[in-house]
Amino acid sequence: MSSTSSAQSGIDPRGPRFGAVITTVMLALAFVLLWTPQGSAGYNVACVLLAVQTLVFALGAIVGLSAQPYGWIYRRFVRPRLSPPSELEDPAPPRFAQVVGLAFAVVALISAIFGAPVVAIIATGCALIAAFLNAAFALCLGCEMYLIGRRLVRR
Amino acid sequence: MIIGVIVVVAVLLVGTAFGLWRRRVDGRLREAHQAGDIAHDETLTHEQIGVELGAKATLVQFSSAFCQPCRATRTLLSDVAAMLPGVITVDIDAEHHLDLVRQLHIMRTPTVLVLDSTGLIRTRASGLPRKADVIAAIGALG
Repeated sequence: MSSTSSAQSGIDPRGPRFGAVITTVMLALAFVLLWTPQGSAGYNVACVLLAVQTLVFALGAIVGLSAQPYGWIYRRFVRPRLSPPSELEDPAPPRFAQVVGLAFAVVALISAIFGAPVVAIIATGCALIAAFLNAAFALCLGCEMYLIGRRLVRR
Repeated sequence: MIIGVIVVVAVLLVGTAFGLWRRRVDGRLREAHQAGDIAHDETLTHEQIGVELGAKATLVQFSSAFCQPCRATRTLLSDVAAMLPGVITVDIDAEHHLDLVRQLHIMRTPTVLVLDSTGLIRTRASGLPRKADVIAAIGALG
């Protein structure tokens, strides 16, 4: 039986958790501000927050976790103050989470800019739940959906 | 915007409820005939899992590429197999065995099955199980 990704090297699991906390705050703010009238200052701030978060997800998903800005903040400012991690984590699941986050963020950003706030709110809400579960419970919702997706797609 | 604040609080409360429920059931070993979601007396053969069955028990783990707890589960099962005679462990890539995944109603990784010496599925868990529970499940095989 082939085993998946058995490399013993890995990343500090607290890095993606730290990033998920910032992502949760960003998405929660954007989610609330999307309820303000289109064209208002609040709505515009929501669009800026979504744009920044989309860029963050894109860097993590396309370039890799080493290029993810929140991960960089963690490594530069937080990890030096902490003890070394007790165990290392496979980088594939948190990177996949960035891909899932990117998909929702792109839909949210485009919908918000082109005047479909309801779609933007739903997409932001989906990404928010995933980021929150990751931050609060170390649960990777996108990873959980992966096998279910494969079950549905491939006969 | 006040509605937005109310909705975001509601969303986070639902997320918290889900997270707490998941934490409670995660990795809990259940007797297969109590699990409800799998057929009675489901038996796996060595052709299906790719290795000869253990003389005492076979610990079958289903893994996937994007699975945070799979690594820790693999280590835990290997430790148990190394400790107890007649116990072997096998890691199955769920993506490449989707027929088996559907047949056994496996919805997430890691899923751990405890087979007795005949290949009958006696216990299963979704998520990282506790080592003491796995050892107890093997002990209960008789």
